[in-house]
Amino acid sequence: MKALRTKAKLISGLVTISTVFVLALVMLTSPAGAQRKMIQIKGSDTLVNLVQILAEEYMAKKPGVAIAVLGGGSGTGITALINGTCDIANHSREWKPKELDLAYERGVKPRIFAIAVDGLSVIVNDKNPVNSLTMAQLGSLFRGEIKNWKQVGGPDLRVSLYGRQSNSGTYVFFQEHVLGNKNYSPDVKEMNGNAQIIESVTQDVAGIGYVGVGYLFDESGQLRKGIKVLKIKKDEGSPEYSPLDKEAVYSARYPISRPLYQSTNGKPSGNVADFIRFILSPEGQAIVEKEGFFKIGKELMAENEKNLR
Amino acid sequence: MASVKKKGVFGDLKESLIRRVFEASGLLAIIVLMGIFALLLATAVPAFREIDLKEFLTSATWDPTSPEKAEYGILSMLASTLMVTFGALLLAFPVGVAVAAYISDVASPRVREIVKPIVELLAAIPSVVVGFIGIAVVGPLIAKIFNLSHGLTALNGSLLLAVMALPTIISISEDALNSVPVSYVEASLALGANRWQTLVRVKIPAALSGIVASMMLGMGRAIGETMTVLMATGNARSFPQGFLQSVRTLTAGIAIELGEVPYYTTHYYALFALGLVLFVMTFFVNLAADLILEKQKRKLQ
Repeated sequence: MKALRTKAKLISGLVTISTVFVLALVMLTSPAGAQRKMIQIKGSDTLVNLVQILAEEYMAKKPGVAIAVLGGGSGTGITALINGTCDIANHSREWKPKELDLAYERGVKPRIFAIAVDGLSVIVNDKNPVNSLTMAQLGSLFRGEIKNWKQVGGPDLRVSLYGRQSNSGTYVFFQEHVLGNKNYSPDVKEMNGNAQIIESVTQDVAGIGYVGVGYLFDESGQLRKGIKVLKIKKDEGSPEYSPLDKEAVYSARYPISRPLYQSTNGKPSGNVADFIRFILSPEGQAIVEKEGFFKIGKELMAENEKNLR
Repeated sequence: MASVKKKGVFGDLKESLIRRVFEASGLLAIIVLMGIFALLLATAVPAFREIDLKEFLTSATWDPTSPEKAEYGILSMLASTLMVTFGALLLAFPVGVAVAAYISDVASPRVREIVKPIVELLAAIPSVVVGFIGIAVVGPLIAKIFNLSHGLTALNGSLLLAVMALPTIISISEDALNSVPVSYVEASLALGANRWQTLVRVKIPAALSGIVASMMLGMGRAIGETMTVLMATGNARSFPQGFLQSVRTLTAGIAIELGEVPYYTTHYYALFALGLVLFVMTFFVNLAADLILEKQKRKLQ
């Protein structure tokens, strides 16, 4: 304990010293006007890396513009925007009605831009006759409530679940989005990455797993052998979408996908507007795809254009 | 004596210096061990500010990142570890002792010279390679034999760990058999016993504590093995129901979660508590093996 406290003290001391040093360095080197041009971005941890990379690319093109990107979670970003302590809020969920009320009360009129789409695909063995599942069925399967494929129209086989480890963002996304923030079944086999899930499902006739869409294809762009990508329905009555249908993913109609957003206070102007335009440009969207997310589809992009005008 | 005198004062100095260096090296091993233990203890204890010790030891649910309620029960992982380990020993011990007896008593010197290095080479296979063999070969085979949909089971882990524990069991058992005094064997043969009777009724009983110690050391190896079981046993968190189910061992649990756990949180400290449990387990298994080996040495002198 004592050793730990001393260590913590040492670390905090080091942090203080380095902070002072960095501050001094910044004050010495930055031109006087830089402070005014600094764009403050705060919010979603899902987005923090992507936006950081976008910001670095943008700053390389436009020297003199400084962008600071902070994480903290979607809620933190939205609160900061309401309080006027940031220029752009990153968020991976939509605004809650409560937050919108509070914003309007304070005279903040959020403009929302979808900048990328996050999505997962669900795979089974290609010998499994099941072709599609509803979100509710998928949730029940991974919560361990449905134990036999018979219950969802498949063969009389015990369901064999494959997932990621709890440190994976995919694990959390799937838990929040599909399981309704309930516990995973303890029978989920925790695999070391997307590739191992695919490998296991290929061999397991009763297997089901979730992986990023990018992992479904081999080097030559062909869908991997031995697996089947399930179509997903939001509920029993709604149409089914495959994650292989790019337009369905881009437009976030595929149910296990979510748009990732940035919000500004009112119509963005100046450098903020320019930065958002850069993200939405083909160049920015190419970075989005390179970082493992999806591009924004036509419909969402049309919305974005409207909000920029 | 004359040569010692020639070295004079410097010779003495050199000798004492060398002795110091060796003493320091011996001490270092102890310091490192104590240091690891102290670090584990210091980092594990804060976990129990929020976790009930009784729940930690008796609950079967481990789900620290649960959105409903974080649970920290190690019972499932503990049971899985013990199950996979004992399964491995059950497979490796008879085979290991048989191979040791073969090498020490049956094989011709020429065969012995070939078999022994091969057995020792078995210990040189990296565990990640063994794990891969588990995924690619042994697992599918188990699935086929037992008509399962997949082979990522406790049995898969036990089989692979058995292979990994074999070199330890074989080489220490063989040492034990070889250290049985020749007079025992001669006496037995003189009384009219054949080689088989001598081996089973005289040599193995005389070397028994060494053989048991080899098993314990093999067990120590199996308990602590991480990569192989991580890859081969499926890592399901549920309480193990049998050898044909996926299980998650203590080592795999730590390896899976320590990678990206937020530092200095209850979850982080709890993972060190798992490490402490593991340390205590392997420590006592190894200690017991040492004590048994010591006893055998004294008995045969």
